[in-house]
Amino acid sequence: MSENTFLLDGEAIPFVPGQTVMQAAKAAGKYIPHLCWHPEFKPHGSCKLCTVKANGRFVSSCTMEAAAGVTIENRTPELDDKRRTLLQLLFVEGNHFCPSCEKSGNCLLQATAYDLGMMSPHFDHFFPDRPVDASHPDILLDFNRCILCSLCVQASEQADKKNVFVMGGRGMRGRRIIINSESGKLGDTDFAASDRAASICPVGVILKKRVGFAVPIGERKYDQAPASVVEVTK
Amino acid sequence: MPDAPEKTIAAVLARHKGDGTRLMQILREVQEELGWLAPETITEIARGIGWPRARVEGTAAFYSFFHTRPRGKYCVLWSDNITDRMLGNRDLMLALCKKLWLEPARLSEDGLVSVNTTSCTGMCDQGPAVLVNYRAITRMTPERVDQMAELIRNQVPLDEWPADWFRVEDNIRRKDALLDHGLVPGEALAAAMEKGSKAFLDEVKASGLRGRGGAGFTTGMKWEICRDAPGSAHYVVCNADEGEPGTFKDRVLLTSYADLVFEGMTLAGYAVGAQKGLLYLRGEYRYMKDALEAVLARRRGEKLLGSRILDKDFTFDIEIHFGAGAYICGEESALIESLEGKPGRPRIRPPFPVTRGYLDQPTTVNNVETLAASCLVARHGGAWYAKLGTAKSAGTKLMSVSGDVERPGIYEYPYGVTVAQILADAGARDTQAVQVSGPSGVCVAAEEFGRRICFEDIPTAGAFMVFDESRDMFEVARNFAHFFAHESCGFCTPCRVGTQVVARLMDKLAENHGSPYDIDEMFKMHRLMQGASHCGLGNSACNPLFDTLNKFRPAYERRLKSLEYEPAFDLDAALSQARQMTRRDDAGAHLSNED
Ligand SMILES: Cc1cc2nc3c(=O)[nH]c(=O)nc-3n(C[C@H](O)[C@H](O)[C@H](O)COP(=O)(O)O)c2cc1C
Ligand code: SF4
Ligand code: SF4
Ligand code: FES
Repeated sequence: MSENTFLLDGEAIPFVPGQTVMQAAKAAGKYIPHLCWHPEFKPHGSCKLCTVKANGRFVSSCTMEAAAGVTIENRTPELDDKRRTLLQLLFVEGNHFCPSCEKSGNCLLQATAYDLGMMSPHFDHFFPDRPVDASHPDILLDFNRCILCSLCVQASEQADKKNVFVMGGRGMRGRRIIINSESGKLGDTDFAASDRAASICPVGVILKKRVGFAVPIGERKYDQAPASVVEVTK
Repeated sequence: MPDAPEKTIAAVLARHKGDGTRLMQILREVQEELGWLAPETITEIARGIGWPRARVEGTAAFYSFFHTRPRGKYCVLWSDNITDRMLGNRDLMLALCKKLWLEPARLSEDGLVSVNTTSCTGMCDQGPAVLVNYRAITRMTPERVDQMAELIRNQVPLDEWPADWFRVEDNIRRKDALLDHGLVPGEALAAAMEKGSKAFLDEVKASGLRGRGGAGFTTGMKWEICRDAPGSAHYVVCNADEGEPGTFKDRVLLTSYADLVFEGMTLAGYAVGAQKGLLYLRGEYRYMKDALEAVLARRRGEKLLGSRILDKDFTFDIEIHFGAGAYICGEESALIESLEGKPGRPRIRPPFPVTRGYLDQPTTVNNVETLAASCLVARHGGAWYAKLGTAKSAGTKLMSVSGDVERPGIYEYPYGVTVAQILADAGARDTQAVQVSGPSGVCVAAEEFGRRICFEDIPTAGAFMVFDESRDMFEVARNFAHFFAHESCGFCTPCRVGTQVVARLMDKLAENHGSPYDIDEMFKMHRLMQGASHCGLGNSACNPLFDTLNKFRPAYERRLKSLEYEPAFDLDAALSQARQMTRRDDAGAHLSNED
């Protein structure tokens, strides 16, 4: 094995020092399931879909720095089983009615669930009471679908330099996106539809108004190719 | 006339020089004056520290003791550890609610009072305990409940309540090397400074001293890594969050051995090259503030803190920060986030705090007891200290003993003491089990009472909760499951949702709607959370379930309704409203759950 490679499911993957396991895998065209990771931003490490076993120990591959000679298990039945459970937990934590969701077909949560063969939510739903915010002229927020990935927080802070979204509160019942205005309404912030944060949400929370269903269901991103393909080529 | 809110806020902000990293203290002090944190208050504070408003609200919303909605003039919180429950806290709480004409967790219509529960307040040896407006009251009784209802109804200020209620006892039952230290303030520090910082650090390494906060990391090594890490400043943090239910030894150390703790912090500062120490004290111990500040002031006067300590070239001072009701802030990186004014969310590690901690600078985070013990090493040397205890566990350990024992309180033993010995000393009878280290620790059954307290066998931060034969170990585990669901920070999926799923499954079993399938589900959650969680909380949250399921399975099986799958709710009961509305109660209006 050459110096800067690690083993991913038995295959040697090259890396540049400083790269994470996730970055190196993607560069090599290898899919590690993920939800909160996005190539443009610092890893957040919260969804845990990217959990792999490195030399036998569970780690988040989006935050783990690649190191020479490490043996990594990724798409094993054990790990994919855990991932399905994590997806199920995310589905029952929020209110996801895919058939009526504008994001259906473009949603990474839905696509990942298909790809990993999640057949049902399995657990009883929690049916949380979450707000919808239509106060902004161009953007609708439907927090029923939020998976707390923090990508909008990072995009608004790092790309837009606005801090419109901040993650706050504690636990399943408290943790939520807080909008940066005294009213808590998006319409009272300087948010714009052209912000990077307006198009970053992997699920159907942050939606542009009046462009709904522009691309018909059936012809959308993940209708054309599964998450495992789209996510390593985009 | 009280000052206008803006004036109050401005005064607090000025006191903290508009420094956002002090947000926790700013929020607490403003709330102490204004009662709660109104939306416009948060806007004002955000402006004052130059942070996005949402970030201030994000912090305020994270901590249980911050109120972003109007709070009663009296806010009564019942400590809800299993030991409080065993002392009857539920009945007392309901009695208080009844006397005040309100429901738990609801603010009374006149905005006067709310009554609720809170996680263990660290008074397990003198419960049932409550916090009233965040002041600790111990030993609640039915009589006190009656009086309390009167005092609240008559709006008597807290300062005029019976002083005896606020008395917190040390209950020290057994002393050993640490509690019988015999040192005078400054003695340990002088001995270390005599040797020089490098030589002192070598003594700490030779002593074999290990962390008393749970993980058991070698203290000398931690200090050395911190000392060697590059940075513009180094910091010492004393972890006094003491949130693990059943633990209260740090409270006693800070009450009656504060000099030892502060001297330990100063020694750590000397060893790692820090000039500043921060004591992170849990909000439940707010009542200690004045006494601790007085000790700090005295030590400054004695040249044991400040510039030119003991007239040598060493500067170090200590500041006290308060938490605000979040168990996760005991985890060292979450604690540091909190010290910086943020929600207590564990950081991604590496980097570890020793290289990048408080304000991204090298920081050693140590438990109260670890720091106190370092004074013995400074005074008597590493070799002397290493002789105490066992081969891999040098020194002594403070145990917080509570539950079904005649003499609850603090017991200090050399490492290696057996569970049976502690039980005998504390006057335990007919003991069924001991939960060592609190909910995230281990449940020890009778046949294991020969096991020893030490890193080689049962490592512990010191909680020791005793359950006799009359106790239901299922209810113990259920209490712990709810504790974790309440305290999960919510950052990572497995713990955020998993702890809730587990708590719900335990409730389902408690209502006799469970089946063996649900028990398998709990094992499945255990396997998921143990590997995939981001921090120790999620990783150990299912430990009590796992232990009690393995060791006390009949306590669970008694509750199983059938051996098949059972829905989480009683279908027939769910139809009762429809029956009432249609005035039907015939056989056809009932569902059979056996279908
Ligand atoms: C969820 C959680 C809670 C913790 N709570 C505490 C605590 O209350 N006090 C404490 O000293 N350590 C606590 N710890 C351990 C700290 O992270 C850290 O290891 C310790 O403060 C280091 O000090 P020591 O080396 O002196 O033990 C906790 C850890 C976790 C994961
Ligand atoms: S709104 Fe979307 S991007 Fe933001 S945290 Fe929720 S799921 Fe992630
Ligand atoms: S394991 Fe629990 S407490 Fe720890 S980061 Fe995850 S959600 Fe927070
Ligand atoms: S992708 Fe790594 S934790 Fe979410």
